[in-house]
Amino acid sequence: MAETRTVARTGVRRTPTTYVLRFVVAAYLFLLVAWPVSLVVVHTFEDGFTSLEGILSDPDVVTALWLTVRVAVIAVVINTVFGVGMSLLLVRQEFPGKRLLSALIDLPLSVSPIVVGLALVLVYGGRNGWLGPTLESAGFRVIFSTPGIVMATAFVALPLVIREVVPVLHEIGTEQEQAARSLGASSAQTFRRITLPAIKWAVVYGVVLSLARSLGEFGAVKVVSGNVLGQTRTATLMVEEKYLNFDQQGAYATAFLLAMVSVACIVIVAIIRPKEERR
Amino acid sequence: MSTTNTLDRTSGVGLGIAMTWFSLLVLIPLSAVVFTAAGGGWDLFWRTVTGEQTAAAIRLTVGQAALVTVVNVVMGTLIAWVLVRDHFRGKALLEVLIDIPFALPTIVAGLVLLALYGKDSPLGIDVANQRSAVFLAFLFVTLPFVVRMVQPTLAELDKEVEEAAASLGASRVTTFRRVILPSIVPAITAGAALSFARGVSEYGSLVLLSGNLPFRTEVTSVRILSSIENNNLAGAAATATVLLVISLAVIVLLDVLQRRVSGRG
Amino acid sequence: MSIEISGVSKSFGDFDALRDVDLTIPSGGLTALLGPSGGGKSTLLRIIAGLETADAGRVLIEGRDATELPAQKRNVGFVFQHYAAFKHMTVAKNVAFGLEIRKRPKDEIRRKVAELLELVHLDQFAHRLPAQLSGGQRQRMALARALAIEPSVLLLDEPFGALDAKVRKELRDWLRRLHDEVHVTTVFVTHDQEEALEVADEIVVINQGRIEQVGTPDQLYDAPANDFVMGFLGDVTRLGGRPIRPHDIEVHTTPVGEDPAEVHAGEVARLTRVGFEVRLLVLTVEGEETQVVLTRAEARAAGIDVGSRVWLRPHRGATTVSAVRAV
Repeated sequence: MAETRTVARTGVRRTPTTYVLRFVVAAYLFLLVAWPVSLVVVHTFEDGFTSLEGILSDPDVVTALWLTVRVAVIAVVINTVFGVGMSLLLVRQEFPGKRLLSALIDLPLSVSPIVVGLALVLVYGGRNGWLGPTLESAGFRVIFSTPGIVMATAFVALPLVIREVVPVLHEIGTEQEQAARSLGASSAQTFRRITLPAIKWAVVYGVVLSLARSLGEFGAVKVVSGNVLGQTRTATLMVEEKYLNFDQQGAYATAFLLAMVSVACIVIVAIIRPKEERR
Repeated sequence: MSTTNTLDRTSGVGLGIAMTWFSLLVLIPLSAVVFTAAGGGWDLFWRTVTGEQTAAAIRLTVGQAALVTVVNVVMGTLIAWVLVRDHFRGKALLEVLIDIPFALPTIVAGLVLLALYGKDSPLGIDVANQRSAVFLAFLFVTLPFVVRMVQPTLAELDKEVEEAAASLGASRVTTFRRVILPSIVPAITAGAALSFARGVSEYGSLVLLSGNLPFRTEVTSVRILSSIENNNLAGAAATATVLLVISLAVIVLLDVLQRRVSGRG
Repeated sequence: MSIEISGVSKSFGDFDALRDVDLTIPSGGLTALLGPSGGGKSTLLRIIAGLETADAGRVLIEGRDATELPAQKRNVGFVFQHYAAFKHMTVAKNVAFGLEIRKRPKDEIRRKVAELLELVHLDQFAHRLPAQLSGGQRQRMALARALAIEPSVLLLDEPFGALDAKVRKELRDWLRRLHDEVHVTTVFVTHDQEEALEVADEIVVINQGRIEQVGTPDQLYDAPANDFVMGFLGDVTRLGGRPIRPHDIEVHTTPVGEDPAEVHAGEVARLTRVGFEVRLLVLTVEGEETQVVLTRAEARAAGIDVGSRVWLRPHRGATTVSAVRAV
């Protein structure tokens, strides 16, 4: 291969192919992601801030947004505690069935949200569910109510924290923890002062991803919530509702709010991650 | 020396709580789907999933997901390659773009695609209510999987091996085919599996985009939802079981691959 | 007696790391656990520290039964091969860790940390993060951190294994001097016989989960208990079917000696010069290949070259395996 090559300071060999590939990738991502996403921004601000002000003064939208935030925060807290604990168990402990469990943990990533909703309805449904009627007679309603929405949201985002924390736990190894133990630290002290600081960024990363996922869950929530306006209608359900009712402006504005939060999450993560790798 | 401990009391209690929650949230509900499907007997199950409309939905979903996966294998590997090996201004922006489909609420994803490829398309391309809408939606939501699986493997690849191949007279194409490709194939397969699973299970992004026309653009998840809405839970469970089997197959494949790629557990 | 180990066994799956080990380590000494990798020496050290639990046997530290005590209650200082630095804490914070866990008063901690950092020559690095230190400095920090808790025993697991040759040698000397200053009972694991011979008061040779021999460096070198110990502590060749060190062989260019069984005639098959040393490979008439080491001056004076005819005889007082000699 005797073509002319420029060797950049980074040591990358640049050939015409390099530029072709670069162009193809940029064009693909522009057409598939960048342009469509930017159009939502354009549509939202077509009439300046009126459509945004419009939805923020609509009490139903505000209620839906609050419900979404509340549900997402609860689901994220549950998944963070569960995720960190489960990661520690999977990496640091030995028990029968560990490999099976480790594989099953990823299941929620590949299950259809509609199936998630159906599964929860089959168990917690108030009329025919396996456990639903018992819980309901004890005064605890799951399906068509906030707990159901929280469960659906927690289900779909379940593996995200674990997937971030497990590799880091593997990577940091056990020596620092052993050193802390030999210096007299108890398990709790070792976790708080040694392990937690080491996995801190992985946890943050997992939490941010879970938050984005939780705020945006749609299918599973649609099945379990009953979609009752002002009670169990979340922000994503609101987008659908508005669009189907020919309120395109409202739909775009609400979608813009949601997109903004998720893009912010991604940008935060993009900023955090390289910093972490430099350490 | 690896020191994993056998369970002490605290960890035992922790495992108990974690497993209880995991069972209540995931295992028992998913089993309920399979049990409900089985409860109607094999005949009912078979009749449901081979019923004309359901079978059409499953064919469409699996077909489009497979097609998208093929595209992702090529484009995802290409994108990962450019992100790892090329350096240019704006690369960080591309990195962010790749994660957007993962973080964007699916209903918003549908709306977003409708903005460029709907009836008011500035490009004059209107896929709304077409089969290609399903393809486009799948392509969007599955974008990150192959890229994100291949990227780290590619980054860790030993440059010296490539240099060795080159010094032995291999062209760049040969080096890629014989040296690089074999070491990233497990990562590509894992990404492809995830992308296929995600495609097959997609719902949210299609709601506004595909029109959910029976026999034309109705995917499996939509079909299940309409069974639920018609209070036909057994039928919904039967179709859902098909999707669950696909998910499980992917999980098993991933488990085998991940042991080779990153080594969890 | 500072550490008493009796009947300790440990296996990982089908692999027996330690088999019924008994060992007594004296107070105040500097003891080396020496052996090939996978021989069980690190496992023994980790069992003493409580980082690993023995399948059977007991461990007594300063007369107290520590077998059931968890690591954090043993008051044992442990230094890891890869430093196990707390990456997110400064050097001073690392050293202070054990004292903070013990809830010592703040000014006492500050004083003690300053004292220790001075001892390990890291006083001007107190506020750096471990990532900003060299390997040798990190290991000295780890040592100060272990010493801070005033441990009853100090355990070091291949402490210099990850360092390059020069730093390794410096730290070795420094550890010896430090031990002479602090006098804490110290046990370190190494697979480097030179390190053990140079630094330790007492060496425990461990192989395949068993203790092969315990003794001072001189005892081990001069009177190895068996072929393994002899081979592990230095180069070994064979003369007349018996193991012998290459530098324990006299080379003559004329027939010598009264006892023909002691003398082996042969021809120099290969000659290699390494600095001041000359290494010969002698093919004896019995068909044995024997390695011999001479100084360059000796080889020159005798005019030895490839093809020379030579007569080999063990030096008087040559190292031989005691067990073999007893037979």
